[in-house]
Amino acid sequence: MMTQRPGTKGLIFNEPNVWNKSREGRCAISLPKADVERSPMDPALTGDAPDLPQLSELDVVRHYTRLSQWNFGVDSGMYPLGSCTMKYNPKTNEVQAARQGFAGAHPLAGDDCSQGALRLMYDLEQYLAEITGFDAVTLQPAAGAHGELAGMLIIHAYHAKQGRQRSKILIPDTAHGTNPASATLCGYKSINLKSGPKGILEPEAVAAIMDEDTAGIMITNPNTLGLFEENIKEICEIVHAKGGLVYGDGANMNAIMGVVKPGKVGIDVLHLNLHKTFSTPHGGGGPGSGPVAVTKELMPFLPIPRVEKDLDTFKFVTDCPDSIGRLHTFYGHFGVMVKAYAYILTMGAQGLLNASRLAVLNANYIKESLKKTLNLPYDRPCMHECVFNDANQQPHHITTMDMAKRLLDYGFHPPTVYFPLVVDGSFMVEPTETESKEDIDQFIDAVKAIAREAETDPEKLTRAPVLPKVTRLDEVAAARKPCLRG
Amino acid sequence: MRYLPHTQEDIQKMLTVAGCSSLDDLFKTIPDAVKVKDGLNLPEPLSEWELNDHMENLASQNIACKGYTCLIGAGSYDHYIPAIIPYLVSRSEFATAYTPYQPEVSQGTLQGIYEFQTMVTDLLGMDIATASHYDCGTALAECALIALRKNRKADKIAVSDLVHPSHRQVIDTYLNPAGYEMVLIPHTQDGLTDIAALEAMDGIAGVAIQSPNFFGHIEDLAGFKKIADDKKCLFITSFTEALAWGLLKKPGSFGADLVAGEGQSLGISKSFGGPGLGLLAGTSKLMRDLPGRLVGRTKDANGEDGYVLTLSTREQHIRREKASSNICSNNGLNAMTAAMYLSTIGKIGIREIAQLNHDKAVYLKSVLADAGFEPVFDQPFFNEFVMKAPKNFKQKRADLINRQCVFAGLDLAPYYPELNDHYLFCATEKVSKQQMDQLAKEVA
Repeated sequence: MMTQRPGTKGLIFNEPNVWNKSREGRCAISLPKADVERSPMDPALTGDAPDLPQLSELDVVRHYTRLSQWNFGVDSGMYPLGSCTMKYNPKTNEVQAARQGFAGAHPLAGDDCSQGALRLMYDLEQYLAEITGFDAVTLQPAAGAHGELAGMLIIHAYHAKQGRQRSKILIPDTAHGTNPASATLCGYKSINLKSGPKGILEPEAVAAIMDEDTAGIMITNPNTLGLFEENIKEICEIVHAKGGLVYGDGANMNAIMGVVKPGKVGIDVLHLNLHKTFSTPHGGGGPGSGPVAVTKELMPFLPIPRVEKDLDTFKFVTDCPDSIGRLHTFYGHFGVMVKAYAYILTMGAQGLLNASRLAVLNANYIKESLKKTLNLPYDRPCMHECVFNDANQQPHHITTMDMAKRLLDYGFHPPTVYFPLVVDGSFMVEPTETESKEDIDQFIDAVKAIAREAETDPEKLTRAPVLPKVTRLDEVAAARKPCLRG
Repeated sequence: MRYLPHTQEDIQKMLTVAGCSSLDDLFKTIPDAVKVKDGLNLPEPLSEWELNDHMENLASQNIACKGYTCLIGAGSYDHYIPAIIPYLVSRSEFATAYTPYQPEVSQGTLQGIYEFQTMVTDLLGMDIATASHYDCGTALAECALIALRKNRKADKIAVSDLVHPSHRQVIDTYLNPAGYEMVLIPHTQDGLTDIAALEAMDGIAGVAIQSPNFFGHIEDLAGFKKIADDKKCLFITSFTEALAWGLLKKPGSFGADLVAGEGQSLGISKSFGGPGLGLLAGTSKLMRDLPGRLVGRTKDANGEDGYVLTLSTREQHIRREKASSNICSNNGLNAMTAAMYLSTIGKIGIREIAQLNHDKAVYLKSVLADAGFEPVFDQPFFNEFVMKAPKNFKQKRADLINRQCVFAGLDLAPYYPELNDHYLFCATEKVSKQQMDQLAKEVA
């Protein structure tokens, strides 16, 4: 029978928009003393002060404390959002990034005065190169999609250097959603590639459309069905034989650390998400960090500046004539890099391997435990995530969305829903390695209980959620008459 | 390993359910030929104690560890961050949440970002602000792409050469592969963008002017707007110092179509240049052309007010290759930080802090002038300005860094080779009169 569910009732505070708390004359900062003469600016250049809210310090603290209480984070409960790797974000990483020497560092202080930051970046590049099996890494991309763009720009620059640009790129139906948009930014036309009946790519299908006008292929491995692309080596060979390059989307790297090095199986360029695999918090939407790893052949195209080691000192180098250029105003999200660096040093080689093993164990355990409850379109050993759908619930007019919303009442963040598109009504579960067996058992029990409710009391699902501050929101009205400011 | 909860017993039980004989057996679908044979070559894992020592040692190799007098801006500013900001933003309900795809349990993030969007529109005098970008450089590059999509006949963007040099490089990176071109508008001897040079340009989809510009000077945005209108192209403005809008006329009041900015000044640490906060605002007319996430207000099924991510048909996960941008993760937590900072300083505080920045900068300029520095340009500025240094300054500047951790200005020669011996100074509310007097004494 169901163990105690984590979600329960509680006191939820109302809180108006911050400007509704404003009262003329309040200010929540102690203004510094003016020790120099006032120098009024030419009135022709000045305008009215922005109409910001006027609050006391406690007003501000209470406002944001209440807002935070309407949120669900990894620290609140299990967050099995597929392809997002919502693992525990270690608190010591935050302490490390907040050290004055890092947080207070000015980006233009000069190499001599920034040796600690440069050394950290250099070493992190080396560690990521080792984990992925590539020759060089840039840390500059600010997020996963930014890393994808960097990777596509590198592929574009490579073909330009070969003297003949290509016009197309192959994107499998199991790839991440950002892939086609990143390819478009480089002027490549996306060619959709269907995966085979086993949910993975078939070499014959790739060979049939790969030609000398195709710049390459973008492969997510493990793919978004949570399946390892078993034919990866052969596919890379087919693409290379036609002069193309293989882009690897490393968003799912959490499954294979210490198990597979993408750089050693034929992938040419790969991006990582430090905010997924390497434990940095997602911040309700970012900031992330999307390093890109490349083979020796592609090193000249990496963005500038590069960090280089000269005996035992480190320096930024910009003299790279074939570089794709600069992607970020400074060097990328250094504060995020510090956290990922601290994570790698804490885990070590064995720790990272164990993380991947346990992430895959957790996903397979859920897959086996729920496959009689939810339909499992591809019943094969999975990697770090598994994809169900709502085929079993459809006779009761219950959808994936209904089950997802009902999970909220049970105290769980829902899985990723309706993605990947290759499965109708996807329900994509990625537990990550940091969830314990007890927490996972509670989740499994919750899904089973919800499946029973779907048969006996479907209204409980269609009306869900009832416990959060608000219930289902009218997204159609929001888009039809957009109200984007107060 | 303290982050991994599995006991040996758990592992055995779970393997049995999964139908696997060992942890290695979980990876049986991976061909042996692609498997790692000899493990990863990484340093031995550190305990938290060892990690603290190691990280403090690294941090101490950055001069910032000692606390320093920062008279450099150029896109990263040394402002005071009130204690409540890091305290509130580190609440894990904000920090450890994902993008708010499930709005029922993300109302904190969503209302916070809605309020952020609102405050940014107030700050800039614009209709709409997005939920954030990576930094000003990437936001500005996105603005350039919008202009090119709106004016399909043109394939060039005119960009002032007093736009931050790194921002110009980022625009170049974004534009090049699609076959677009960035043409530079030169500056005059007065340290302002050459309006006549822009007038002579044809076939441009947009014009981008930074104000205050890289030299700190306030540009004639009204004049540039007129020319942009004559040329029927989009008028894009940018800025690196968000607190300037506590004092200056807002870019929206000059008719900017798009504004890209850096929001790092709004309560965010310098962190060696990132993560900062890309701000992007536009007119209502451009609502459906904007890249990135937008939060909108709506009602729930019970008629209660609530917030959702909206207009997602512009975005990559729906429109795929036809999306207005590939951006997915943004700098959400820093947007939340900026909203907290703006709520904290409020209408009174922003005016006062902005005025203080200006006062200190005027004072610094005057004491440097007394110390033999030459004020090259006679232009109104906010908190940054350019001075030509006496001949021996380079050595003195290096000594000041080494002996007193004072960063006295940014050498402009690497960015503008003709400006040898010219330095870009910045003074914020954090620098005291005493520090500035001391500096003037040292460099005289």
